[in-house]
Amino acid sequence: MDLTTFLIQCLNSLQYGLLLFLVASGLTLIFGIMGVINLAHGSFYMVGAYLAFSLAPVVGSTIGGGFFATLLVGVVLAVLFGYFLEWAFFSFLYEREHLQQVLMTYGLILVFEEMRSLLVGDDVHGVAPPDILNGSIALGDMMTYPVYRLFISGVCLALALGMYFVFTRTRLGMMIRAGSTNREMVQSLGIDIKFLYRVVFAAGVAIAVLAGMVAAPVSSVYPGMGSTVLIICFVVVVIGGIGSIRGALFASLLIGFVDTFGKVLLPSAAGVLVYVLMALILLWKPDGLFKAG
Amino acid sequence: MTISLTTLARRGAQVLALTALAASMAAAQTPGKLKVGLMLPYTGTFAALGTAIENGFRQHVTELGGKIAGREVEYFKVDDESDPSKATDNVNKLIKRDQVDVLIGTVHSGVAMAMAKAAKESGTLLIVPNAGADAVTGPMCANNIFRSSFSNWQPGYAMGEVMAKKGIKKVVTITWKYAAGDESVRGFKESFEKGGGTIVKELNLPFPGVEFQGLLTEIAAAKPDAVFTFFAGGGAVKFVKDYSAAGLKKSIPLYGSGFLTDGNLEAQGEAADGLFTALHYADSLDTKRDNAFRLNYAKTYRLQPDVYAVQGYDAAQMLAIGLNATKGDASKSAEISAALRKVTIDSPRGPFTISKAHNPVQDFYLRQAGAKENKKVGIASAKLEDPARGCKL
Repeated sequence: MDLTTFLIQCLNSLQYGLLLFLVASGLTLIFGIMGVINLAHGSFYMVGAYLAFSLAPVVGSTIGGGFFATLLVGVVLAVLFGYFLEWAFFSFLYEREHLQQVLMTYGLILVFEEMRSLLVGDDVHGVAPPDILNGSIALGDMMTYPVYRLFISGVCLALALGMYFVFTRTRLGMMIRAGSTNREMVQSLGIDIKFLYRVVFAAGVAIAVLAGMVAAPVSSVYPGMGSTVLIICFVVVVIGGIGSIRGALFASLLIGFVDTFGKVLLPSAAGVLVYVLMALILLWKPDGLFKAG
Repeated sequence: MTISLTTLARRGAQVLALTALAASMAAAQTPGKLKVGLMLPYTGTFAALGTAIENGFRQHVTELGGKIAGREVEYFKVDDESDPSKATDNVNKLIKRDQVDVLIGTVHSGVAMAMAKAAKESGTLLIVPNAGADAVTGPMCANNIFRSSFSNWQPGYAMGEVMAKKGIKKVVTITWKYAAGDESVRGFKESFEKGGGTIVKELNLPFPGVEFQGLLTEIAAAKPDAVFTFFAGGGAVKFVKDYSAAGLKKSIPLYGSGFLTDGNLEAQGEAADGLFTALHYADSLDTKRDNAFRLNYAKTYRLQPDVYAVQGYDAAQMLAIGLNATKGDASKSAEISAALRKVTIDSPRGPFTISKAHNPVQDFYLRQAGAKENKKVGIASAKLEDPARGCKL
């Protein structure tokens, strides 16, 4: 591998890692901070991708505006959707055992997949990236790099910084962190923990939906796309340390590098490398790289 | 008139008994219905394919007036979910519980292998309407196991011939690391190396991963004359788009097995324009037979037929030919086999025959993608027969 190829592969790793973080960060909130094992997280990602596909014409004809208007409308809808889901389903799960959480969220996967099949059908769809991001820049003598991929990386970085700031520097973040340690105590201090959790959950769903919408132009939109990202999201959260946003970012980047270079250097073992990495890290640090609080 | 309660009850019982007797006699007199077990994916990634296969199958049965070899067709359906771990249970529901005469299925190769195994043990007639696993008409072959579609080896081999003839020398292959990908690349390698080409690198990634960027960089570094690939469905869309976005399409032409651009062309958009693929069906064959089939299908289902619909349709044709030879007896598999190996099947894809191992011997078309159509531009390989390695028929 010459130096140019190596550098391009590093860029690929970085970009994949950031994309992983974008998808997994919503799960960090819901699983890591609220403690609910949410198998339906992949479905929220899928819902996002399908929203990007089916909302674009609706938004274009009613409000006007292209890709970015669609993103905005999608995120607003996702917040409402998340708020409703928490009220109707997840608020009953906090005190329950993990098995019951798994059963209910697995049930939600089936419901979402079937609804997707009824409403949009089972075909594969493509979503066009917005015109201003549709170019590409030359990279080496053969390859070009799509600008849209750089845009995704930018979104991921902005989101990571934003989440980190909210959690460590604001009053809201402090209350959320306190709530994840001791619900009753926070409540007895006069903070409406139920409402707070509803907001955090809605934010988690909105981030996953945003991830799906932003990723749709590069990943295309197809049935079962949620389940492919679900497992790797859990790996990210577990390696990073449950509840740690910094940890999730580090874990995503680590996986990005291991996966990309693994496929190139050790193709026959590419499928298991990420899981070997997880096993090794858990042996070394059973709570993940950065345990929260 | 007063009738006691007990008398009434006794009369009622007599009437019931008589009705039951009459019903069972009637059943014995009419020839038994032909029980067709459709084991196809009706949910999940391949749901659209399962529906197309069933539509095609039913279309031919309707053309025959709802009867095959004089027996009225009755359908039993099981959703296989494309899940190999449930396959044995699912196929046994049809064989043991519903006692079907014939099994039709399925799309996923792993599930089809479980079906072939069960069919081999029970002797139930099986027609595979899609799954390309080489082994179904290889080591697993049997008198009662047939395929109306293709073997994974076939489109790969056909494409290898085309590329070698074009004078392409150095090729990189890229696919998912699973049976269909491996077998397709193996077929390609066989004919391409025979034609004087070399494969400089075989790239693969775990199924169904879609993070191609690192491997695309490897392709750019290897600078081959062309790339051969096997991907399908949503993964194929992403691969074709990534390949084009990485700027490789201009400098390194991409060739593939036909599934790369089948059923997902619209999603691929401009990225797919001009790609060459090989398959046993194309969108614009423009033969009388195909046009009639397509018109009829579009009228009945308000959908455009695809290669899967054709394979379902031909599964029904093969079943009818086989059962006509045995007067409707689905258990005489040796006679069915002999009958099918003698005839030429008049398929919308073009006429084909059945090999000794029960796989179609058929033309593979060279197709070029463009304007949301896989247009036939020539024959990649005529009357291509799978080598059926490991089959002892």
